[in-house]
Amino acid sequence: MSIWEYANPVKFLRLTDKLLPPLAILSIVTLIIGLVWGFFFTPDDFRQGSTVKIIYLHVPAALMAINAWLMMLVASLVWIVRRHHVSALAARAAGPVGAVMTIIALATGAIWGQPMWGTWWAWDPRLTSFLILFLFYLGYIALWEAIEDSDTAADLTSILCLVGSVFAVLSRYAVNFWNQGLHQGASVMRAGAIAGDTEERVSNVFAIPLFVSMAGFFLLFLTLVLLRTRTEIRSRRIKALLAKERAA
Amino acid sequence: MIALLIRDLRLAVRAGGGFGLGLSFFLIVTVLVPFGVGPETGLLAKIAPGILWIGALLSCLLSLDRIFALDFEDGSLDLLATAPVPLEGAVLVKAIAHWLTSALPLVVAAPLLGILLSLPAEGFLWVFVSLLLGTPALSVIGTFGAALTVGIKRGGLLLSLLVLPLYVPTLIFGAEVARRGAEGLAVETPLMLLAGISLGALAFLPFAAAAVLRMNLR
Repeated sequence: MSIWEYANPVKFLRLTDKLLPPLAILSIVTLIIGLVWGFFFTPDDFRQGSTVKIIYLHVPAALMAINAWLMMLVASLVWIVRRHHVSALAARAAGPVGAVMTIIALATGAIWGQPMWGTWWAWDPRLTSFLILFLFYLGYIALWEAIEDSDTAADLTSILCLVGSVFAVLSRYAVNFWNQGLHQGASVMRAGAIAGDTEERVSNVFAIPLFVSMAGFFLLFLTLVLLRTRTEIRSRRIKALLAKERAA
Repeated sequence: MIALLIRDLRLAVRAGGGFGLGLSFFLIVTVLVPFGVGPETGLLAKIAPGILWIGALLSCLLSLDRIFALDFEDGSLDLLATAPVPLEGAVLVKAIAHWLTSALPLVVAAPLLGILLSLPAEGFLWVFVSLLLGTPALSVIGTFGAALTVGIKRGGLLLSLLVLPLYVPTLIFGAEVARRGAEGLAVETPLMLLAGISLGALAFLPFAAAAVLRMNLR
């Protein structure tokens, strides 16, 4: 019994068939608990008022945006090393989900930033590196769509994912450097905002619902990726059937 | 490999090789900027290093799809892949040829165009040095992007989309060197980081680009 057993599409489909309904229900329940608790049953922050509650969308989405890329990286490596098709398809399935998570993080950040910083957008290191991450997602998805032969597409996108990961990390630190050099003020303001979140520790009143919504977002991501991977496997089968029919 | 380099250079310089395209695009961008932002000397001097870097980057981007497209169409890329020279080496030669024909003219022209943008006197050297150190990274990264999209018809937009985020660190450090140099600040740190990116890209990306080319030619 090893995890590689599920590289077999039939076994993967059989397992996820049983796994998906409880997983979907669990993620919906966790999300509802986390978000409702966060939005309606936490006190307002004494400085930020009720705008602070966007954190229950913003932080989990940002977390999953980065972790989705990591998952794609691992799946790409598995594809390159062991040539399991399910792995390549899972990486493909995770791409758009991660891109949407990045958009959610950027959009909620902008909505929070407008009343708090007085601007929708600032060229702050975190914002900028998320924008770059979004560009990486776009390129990755576009490359999958552009190439017709599916094995070649899987190969090319997994190499892009590897190279892209190196450059994404590089950009993260480059952007830090660039910003300290140019916009000192913005980084201090941002650092202060971050300090409020992590350095001084959010009080448990806010933190526990936040963790619940993080778990909810994680489960949601898992559900969506499994669902999309199943769709990819099935559409690949349909394509194979059609090709067989045409050949016959 | 040297024969390949000479062949690529000759093809680029001949009519229709797009040799002057990048250079004239660079010229157009830098000449148009003052019309766009106004002729104020102080403002121009402040943005000159950044404008020169962006112009150089965009001009490099312009000629990327030529690196492999023509060879792919007439089949010489297949010959290269089966040649006794390792494909990694051939890819590196391609990148060097792109650098010599597309980037080096920009590096030489940038200080001259700096005059038009009233670049401060200290900036000329550092704009030149930063471009000289940074453009190899642009060429190699671009070669990787071109290798990724070689099989795709009308892959120009996709190529730009793929290469754009990969260019960000180089642009940041390169423009930072030029800016600090122009303002008379210490440039060591960004200069070393810029050189590090260039050397790292030169060392590793030919392997990735060759791997990708093999997949595309399969």
